[in-house]
Order: sequence, then structure tokens, then C-alpha cells
Amino acid sequence: MNFPKDLKYSKSHEWVKQEGTQILVGLTDYAQDALGDLVFVNLPEPGDALRAGEALGDVESVKAVSDIISPVDGTVAEINETLLDAPETINQSPYEAWLIRVKDIFSEEDLMNAEEYESFCAAQT
Amino acid sequence: MKLIFELGTDGQGTDLLPECDVPKADPGPFARSSAVRLPQVSEVELSRHYAALARRAHGVSDGFYPLGSCTMKYSPKINEELASMREFTGIHPLQPEDSVQGCLEVLARCETMLCEITGMDSMSFQPAAGAHGEFTGLLLIRAYHKSRGDEQRRKIIVPDSAHGTNPASAAMAGYEVVNLPSGPDGCVDLDALKQAADEKTAGLMLTNPNTVGLFDRNILDITKIIHDAGGLCYYDGANMNAIMGIARPGDMGFDIVHLNLHKTFSTPHGGGGPGSGPVGCKASLSRFLPGFLPNPCGSRYSLKRPPNSIGDVKAFYGNFLVVLKAYAYLLELGKEGIPEAARNAVLNANYMMSLLKGHFQAAYDRPCMHEFVITLEQEKKTSGISAADIAKALLDHGIHPPTMYFPLIVQEALMIEPTETEPRETLEEAAKVMNQILDEAQKEPSTIHLQPLHTPVRRLDEVAAARRPIVCYEYPQE
Repeated sequence: MNFPKDLKYSKSHEWVKQEGTQILVGLTDYAQDALGDLVFVNLPEPGDALRAGEALGDVESVKAVSDIISPVDGTVAEINETLLDAPETINQSPYEAWLIRVKDIFSEEDLMNAEEYESFCAAQT
Repeated sequence: MKLIFELGTDGQGTDLLPECDVPKADPGPFARSSAVRLPQVSEVELSRHYAALARRAHGVSDGFYPLGSCTMKYSPKINEELASMREFTGIHPLQPEDSVQGCLEVLARCETMLCEITGMDSMSFQPAAGAHGEFTGLLLIRAYHKSRGDEQRRKIIVPDSAHGTNPASAAMAGYEVVNLPSGPDGCVDLDALKQAADEKTAGLMLTNPNTVGLFDRNILDITKIIHDAGGLCYYDGANMNAIMGIARPGDMGFDIVHLNLHKTFSTPHGGGGPGSGPVGCKASLSRFLPGFLPNPCGSRYSLKRPPNSIGDVKAFYGNFLVVLKAYAYLLELGKEGIPEAARNAVLNANYMMSLLKGHFQAAYDRPCMHEFVITLEQEKKTSGISAADIAKALLDHGIHPPTMYFPLIVQEALMIEPTETEPRETLEEAAKVMNQILDEAQKEPSTIHLQPLHTPVRRLDEVAAARRPIVCYEYPQE
């Protein structure tokens, strides 16, 4: 299981990558492994408002549909449209398959660093 | 095996219809540009084709079917026979009431009995299935708040263990869904519920026993919290088999109930219907019910639309023949038999859970109701054996797999509902098979990933099936 050091992590298994004043959000390796093979991804529209702790979209695997939780309050700047036709990219390379880019961020959930997230995952029973 | 379209040769078709004896009309621009291509097979080929398909399917008549949350119990065949009687099948919904008094009486009596079982005051048989019943129930909630001028109530609270149809029905009825996290015991977290319930709350949707097979002991507190906040409580009747004749949703504080007659009350299901998801409610909501209800007028019945009805949710009176089967079933079992069936459903589930203990980990280690959930989370971590592996391996033993990966709050879940109609020997045999499968897989984990070995198709590519489904046959280019 991979936990890149340059990312921050949420308890609902999203990763956050800071890029200037904007962030990229994706699903962690742990999340894609737990979900299994993904078959669909639903993403918001650019311009949509995001609220921390609320669903920004969802992913469907062969097992179930799961919400993707926004780690921040902000606005969707861009979505990764290539995922809509190739959701398997998230399984193959979770840290390259960013879901959305967020701008105008005005508040952020408490996020974990790689080390903290790794022990958080290990404690999940 | 070949598809029906790949069978037969041109000109070999069977003439099922007599020569057309009415003048042909000219459909003008709506005429087809090419002839319909129907399979050209003889009657015997057709018969063999469907017999072969039937052999490859698995139903309750073929073997054990412990599909959790689905109540795949045996439905007595005699009720099918009753529902096939010409006197019931040969009627028309627009026939004069005087000529269908017997059928109206069936509706009225079945309503009385099911209201007695659920603790409701009236019931509409119009909804055709469970989710349709949920949607109808939510429209009743909306009509109630609207009638009071209380339209700011936009939220429906749904626990995270609920059937997926609950939030879907609420969204469909125009509500905002508030997802309520379950407590560590799999039941409703009262503090979280108090936090969520407010002046914006239209109602709560709940099953009890819940989807992990546990009876929520706080049910009276739960419904009170919602009522105190001004909301209504909706009971999803999916798990009614555990409590019918013993505990009543009406007494637990629920205002609206739906039942799945095609599940709990003697209509087989899983084959695409028809089903019946009647919605019952307390007297204060009766005036909103959809459709037409049979009212006794002296010695006869007449159909009346409730005064503030939400309208129709289906044509006419719903799937009448399914109601008829439920009525026959209720008469056959009687007031002693209905609770006995529920008690045996609970006993069978607990017995089977005890037979699996020692091998499998119960998700919640306490006596269950009509179903229970086991988790393969540890096995998945230590030896790579997943819930899906156990489910697939069972196919080789002629056992339908339990429900997998549901409820979502349990990792690597298998949800087992044996039902009351299975004899003890079947439960013992199935538990033995499951325990053996796990033992062998733990000795040699690689073998289980190859199973099933003896089914017509083995492990299917579920990802490809979901991403690129091919559901239309294309004739080869000529």
C-alpha cells in the first residue's frame, strides 16, 4: 500500500495535493483497494460549490456505490474528464488519477499527513 | 449455449397466430422499413431452449436460497392455483362493481388483516413493489406537511445501513436525504438522531429489524424523537417476516408502512414480478392514500377515492392477483400460523448462525432476528479469502450465495437469511458446506479463487459487464 509523503489525507480516504492556492482531490490507494474494481465515476460540474464533509460525487464498484467526500469548502475549478470513460485509472494509479481541482478554498477539514494516515488505515478493522 | 436468435433456419417458424381477418391499415410514415426479424424455430426447439435455460437457473424449487434481506422463502403452490382461477383472471378493472363484489371483498378483507398485522388503519394496494411503496409513502409524508402549510420540511433521515432504495425513493420524492451513521452496535445512534432531527425534518425511514438483522431496542425513543421534531416515521416492511404477528410497526410509533407481499406473503419473487407493495397508514393520513379503496356499504362494497388522495401511483387497483395470494396465505396460516412462521424464521437464522460460529466471524455477536451478517474482513487481510470467494464456491454445491457486500457498514459482508420454510437438515448441510469451504480455502487459499468449477459459466468479468454491457443481439451482416 502506497502513502505518498507530499499529500494530505482525509478520514474518508481522499487525498489532497496542494498546487499553489488550488488543490487536487483524489481517492487513496487504500480506498481503491477496499472499493474493488471501479466501473463508474460521477463528478460535479466546474463552478459547483463544495462543502467540507459533503459528497462531491460518487464512485461505483462491482460491490457498491460510495460517496466521495469533499475535504474542503470551495469551488470546483476543473474535473478530470478522462476518468469518466476510464474509471479503472483510479485502480491502476490512484495518486495520478485526480478527480477534481478546487479553487477559492475558504476552509479545510483537519487532514492527516502520510504517516498519520498510514496508521489510521492500519487501525481500521 | 446459443441464443434464441442463433437457433433455427429460415422458414422453420411456428404459426402461433391465426390468419389476420381484419382489413390491413396503412400506417403511412410509421411503417417499418424492414421486416421484423423473429427467431425461426419450431415449437419443440423453442420448448427445449427455455427448458435448457431453466435448468441453468437456480430458484427456491432447486435448492437453498439464503439471500439476505430478500426472504426467498417457499411460497405455497396452492396459492398460485387460486390466483389462476378463471373467476379472478377473467375480470376487467372497468367492470361494474356489482359484478366483482367477491374481488372487492378480497381487497377489503386483506386490508383489514394486513392493517391488524402492521398496526395501521388503512391501506392502498396500488403500489406494485417495495420501492414503489416507499415512494408512495414519501408522497403521503409530503401531502401531510403540505396540508398543514408546513412546507419548509425538506429533509428525510435515512440510516447508513438502510436499503439503497430508501435514499433513492426520498430523492425521487424531491427530498434532501440526511444520512445517519449507525452506532457501533449496528443500530440507530440516538444522539446523532437528536442532532439531525429538527424543524426541517419531514420524516425518518427505518427498517426494524434493521439490515444487520437486529431489532432496534430503542425504537420507541427513535420514533418519539422524530415526532417531537414534527416529522413522520416511515417503516420499510422489507424485514416484516421477522416480526409478523408478534410486533407491530404501528405500536412502535410508525405512521406509514409498506409491505412486500411478493416476499413476505406468498408471492415468489426475484423473477421480475409482478409484485405488490401496499402502503398502510394511521387514520390521520388515510385521506391522502392513492387509488380507490373498497368501502363497505351495507352488504356490498364500493370503491371510493380518499378525499385528499395524492392521486394514482399505478393503474386501477395494483396487482390484484398478488393481493389474492396474500389473502389466501393469511387464511391458511391464521393468527397462530403467522407468528409461528416469524418465530421459525428467527429460530432458523439463529441456529444457522450458531452452526457457523467457530469458523466465521459474526458482524454483531448477539442473537439475531430473521437474518445475520458475517464478515470475512480478517480472512481477506490474512489469506486473501473474500466474501465473494465464499459466495462463488457455494455455487458448486447447489446453494445460492447469501447477499454479498451489503449492508455497506460491514466490510466483506455475507448476509444470510434462511427463512422459516427450510428444514433443519438443509441448514445443517449448508453450514457444513460453508465451514468446509473456509477450512479448505485456509489450507490452500489459491484454490478458492478458481471456484466455481462445475457451473455453466464460472467467474464472470463483472467489471466488463458493468462498463461495456452488451444487451442487444446483432444479426450477422449478410
